Amino acid sequence: MARVLAIAEQRDCALRRVSHEVVSVARTIADSIGAEVDALAFGPAGLAAGAAELGKFGADRVLVAEDDVFKFNSPDHAVALVAEQLKNGDYFAVVFPASSMGKDLAPRVAARLNLPLATDVTAVDVDGGELVITRPVYAGRLLAKITLNAATRLLSIRPNVFRAEERAAAGTVEKVSVPSVEQKVRVRELQAARDAKLDVGEAPIVVSGGRGLKGPENWHLLEQLRDAIGNTCALGASRAVVDAGWRPHAEQVGQTGKTVSPQLYFAVGISGAMQHLAGMRSARTIVAINKDPDAPIFKVADYGVVGDATEVLPRLTEEIGKLHR
Amino acid sequence: MKTIVCIKRVPDTEARIKLNDQKTGIDPAGIKYVISPYDEFALEAALRMKESKGEGEVVVLSVGEAGAAEQLRSALAVGADRAVLLKGQTSFDGLATARALAAEAEGADLVLFGMKAIDDDQQQVGPMVAELLGLPCVTVVAEFELEDGKVVCHREVEGGVEIVEAPLPAVITMTKGKFEPRYPSLKGIMAAKKKPLEEKDAQLGESQLQVRELSYPPERPAGRIIGEGVDAVPELVRLLREEAKVF
Repeated sequence: MARVLAIAEQRDCALRRVSHEVVSVARTIADSIGAEVDALAFGPAGLAAGAAELGKFGADRVLVAEDDVFKFNSPDHAVALVAEQLKNGDYFAVVFPASSMGKDLAPRVAARLNLPLATDVTAVDVDGGELVITRPVYAGRLLAKITLNAATRLLSIRPNVFRAEERAAAGTVEKVSVPSVEQKVRVRELQAARDAKLDVGEAPIVVSGGRGLKGPENWHLLEQLRDAIGNTCALGASRAVVDAGWRPHAEQVGQTGKTVSPQLYFAVGISGAMQHLAGMRSARTIVAINKDPDAPIFKVADYGVVGDATEVLPRLTEEIGKLHR
Repeated sequence: MKTIVCIKRVPDTEARIKLNDQKTGIDPAGIKYVISPYDEFALEAALRMKESKGEGEVVVLSVGEAGAAEQLRSALAVGADRAVLLKGQTSFDGLATARALAAEAEGADLVLFGMKAIDDDQQQVGPMVAELLGLPCVTVVAEFELEDGKVVCHREVEGGVEIVEAPLPAVITMTKGKFEPRYPSLKGIMAAKKKPLEEKDAQLGESQLQVRELSYPPERPAGRIIGEGVDAVPELVRLLREEAKVF
């Protein structure tokens, strides 16, 4: 029987949220072609208990590779493990998360097995038995519909775009072993960011700031809004403020930063240069706060407020805080 | 020490991207092309490494059509020693590009890439080249240092930085970090005209990826301005809650 493989991702034995989305996408593809879903989770000892929940998101079998080589990310072991698993079945497709781990792993698997890969995918469809993949190009200014002509199609999905759907059935859990390979790439340590919150590329809600904040000393206003919204929210930044050294590049949204598709995006004091709009226009709901009523950001914003960001933000934080009380 | 930097010619970030009539690619009319910005960080890293060691060779390599020679010349103008253009049409099939690059990149001590090209955004060619050459690879690196036969990298991941080491030879893909690119000097631009730029046919092999169609993303419905200043905030929050249903 044909199968679809979903690659789950964990950190400290806890599955990352995108893992549920990966398994759900694999389920959608599998249902369209009458196939079964295997979810593959790899991590240090202790992973199996938490990994079992992948069954609820659509995995018929949850394959768990527990090995302390995965205390940190180990691409050499991960690529060997996935390549080995692909030899053990008739896999129609492999779905990876388009995360740091998945974007690093999927191309290695593709090159090792000579298989085509589409990354950062935002929609999938099966048309006459063929998988048709939609992915943004030119930072979202165009969409490409792609087919992969190989027995096994590799794709990585953008976080937050696909809905993770729970179902009644639960899959079986099986242990698999990690191939013994030479570890060339070795992670010495993982340093948490100074402000170790959710990453802007993965957060369901993003609060982004630009020059309208007037200076880095005003960033506490954005941080307070983020904290009022809660732990689903991450900070973003425009290219102008990253170039000015106010914020780190890891927060930059746009063509030379991260392309994001959150449920809700706040553009605060950001005028909306083309390269920024390209990076956030696929957000479901966009709010813009800017003192210039003619700023291009208002053309894409569902809701606009004309005003000084440093004045509007405290009130917004207060009102959103009230919702949670 | 031989460092190869792979660069790609791409439309500038401010370019207006328009579809061609066949909807298979973009209309090149009026577009200004640049070195993909992340590739510039890779080039800068290679140049600084050579300068600090006082020896070594920096080779820039690109797969592209004849026009890509312009970006290779720009790389020579800021200090690369020589350039190789593998002539062929790049596609979204990263593996085809990787095959062509790998054939030329063999024997380097370090192969550097930008973490992605800003046109197709596939973010895959670097690690593919590493795999084809059997080399270790570290992706999305903000800074790195050489340490007796090893490279030690700061790799950006969600919520932090991984400190990663790999033995040389190795492949590294760069993001924005401490390698802010330099501008060419007039002297550099003049010197670049005399530096070697070799052209060969790219050995791309057969593509396994077909683009059925390119399209513009659906237009967003026209936005509305709901008010001015702090007085608009209660209405904004009400709309977010009741209409957009996000809180």
